[in-house]
Amino acid sequence: MFRNAAELVELAESKGCKISDIMIEQEIEFTGKTREQIISQMDRNLQVMEDAVLRGVTEDVRSHSGLTGGDAKLLQTYMKSGKSLCGEFMLDAVSKAIATNEVNAAMGTICATPTAGSAGVVPGTLFAIKEKLNPTREQMVAYLFTSGAFGFVVANNASISGAAGGCQAEVGSATGMAAAAIVELAGGTPSQCAQAFAIALKNMLGLVCDPVAGLVEVPCVKRNAMGASNALVAADMALAGIVSRIPCDEVIEAMYKIGLTMPVALKETAQGGLAATPTGRELEAKIFGVPLSEK
Amino acid sequence: MKYKSVFDIIGPVMIGPSSSHTAGAARIGRVARHLFGRKPDYARVYFYGSFAKTYKGHGTDVAIAGGILDFDTFDTRIVNALTLAKEAGIQITMSEEDAITDHPNTARIVLGDEKGEMELTGISIGGGKIEVTELNGFKLRLSGNHPALLIVHNDKFGAIAGVTNILAKHSINIGQMEVSRKEKGKEALMVIEVDQNIENSIMQEIESLPIVSQVVKVHD
Repeated sequence: MFRNAAELVELAESKGCKISDIMIEQEIEFTGKTREQIISQMDRNLQVMEDAVLRGVTEDVRSHSGLTGGDAKLLQTYMKSGKSLCGEFMLDAVSKAIATNEVNAAMGTICATPTAGSAGVVPGTLFAIKEKLNPTREQMVAYLFTSGAFGFVVANNASISGAAGGCQAEVGSATGMAAAAIVELAGGTPSQCAQAFAIALKNMLGLVCDPVAGLVEVPCVKRNAMGASNALVAADMALAGIVSRIPCDEVIEAMYKIGLTMPVALKETAQGGLAATPTGRELEAKIFGVPLSEK
Repeated sequence: MKYKSVFDIIGPVMIGPSSSHTAGAARIGRVARHLFGRKPDYARVYFYGSFAKTYKGHGTDVAIAGGILDFDTFDTRIVNALTLAKEAGIQITMSEEDAITDHPNTARIVLGDEKGEMELTGISIGGGKIEVTELNGFKLRLSGNHPALLIVHNDKFGAIAGVTNILAKHSINIGQMEVSRKEKGKEALMVIEVDQNIENSIMQEIESLPIVSQVVKVHD
């Protein structure tokens, strides 16, 4: 059983296997289920993610409040015009992350990775990479186990809850998880996975959870978009051989401590940040008839 | 380690929009329903912290109602749970509380009918994972992730041995166990998380122990 990222990397490197293999082995040990059962359970989660991405980029998904929906499609159309600055691959990941969160906001079916509000980053990057690297289904499932292994470390040593640690704990964690999984799928080492995680999370530190009207829509959907692009850049940096001066586990600890000292108004209570802007309050009043602040 | 399985992180499959406020809330409602053991006539739900501030936006109210109707996190009927509860004859009231709780996402649920009432406090700790922290005034920690037995008994010597002997006889392994009491020598509660579902005959066997007054099962 690994307790932190250093132990996870150490285990994988000493056994000469991947991070995903370590996660699968631990799951077998913990649940007593067979390897096949565990893989097929993850495969079902993968299918839910694929369906949500497809729905978001093709259907005209709208949330009940009307705050979000349709942006994944807009980006797909723009990207295919050939005029994009970031390039098709990057924008594909971004639009697929948006797609997942638009479906989530519309009370559609999604798979939490690690939470619903941050469910876009891991599948968004994965289904863009699918087009570029043509991974096997098995590799795609492994991607989720690698993401899960790092998420597991964060959840047990810090937090993956916006109410407890702010958005850095949700989209921040998801971004690190995706960065690590991208590195493994692209052929990087376990140690490079941890570097990518650290680089990605460092750049999400301090991110507050300030949803307008308390809805998982604004700014959550766009934060997933940025998380996906951040994950890809962090993965490329790690694959290039760049290392994080602050080790992975210390970045996680820093995130945890920042979360503890973050004001309650900025931890999923819709009392501060973007939720408390004049427009945020106006939208809130329009959606609920009465601003929540007056209650 | 609060999180033990990779599927606590990659999962659950659920109806949006929030894992802690929608999926977690549905799970708290569902554990309450399982512990109550039957369809209640009424439910009073109290929201604290972030739950109180944002429950309408996150669909926490619909989700908890869905849980009380025994719906799982991915059940699309959750969206219409408030209407469905009314149709099922369950009267649900929700209120926001100002009291500060240990965890920001806390809900207290009272379920009842003419035969009795049960009160439970649950917290949603992130990613859809929950813990039951209080049941009828007893402090406890129950994840709801594993089948579990809740046994109300007299705070007297031999109670734990009596129950665990029965489990041992049926080759049932205990994963986690906790014992608490309100007052020395009075009513006490045993919470036993096990690896497999428990047959009704075993429950009856435990219930027949003179020291035991009630046995409730929560299954996975």
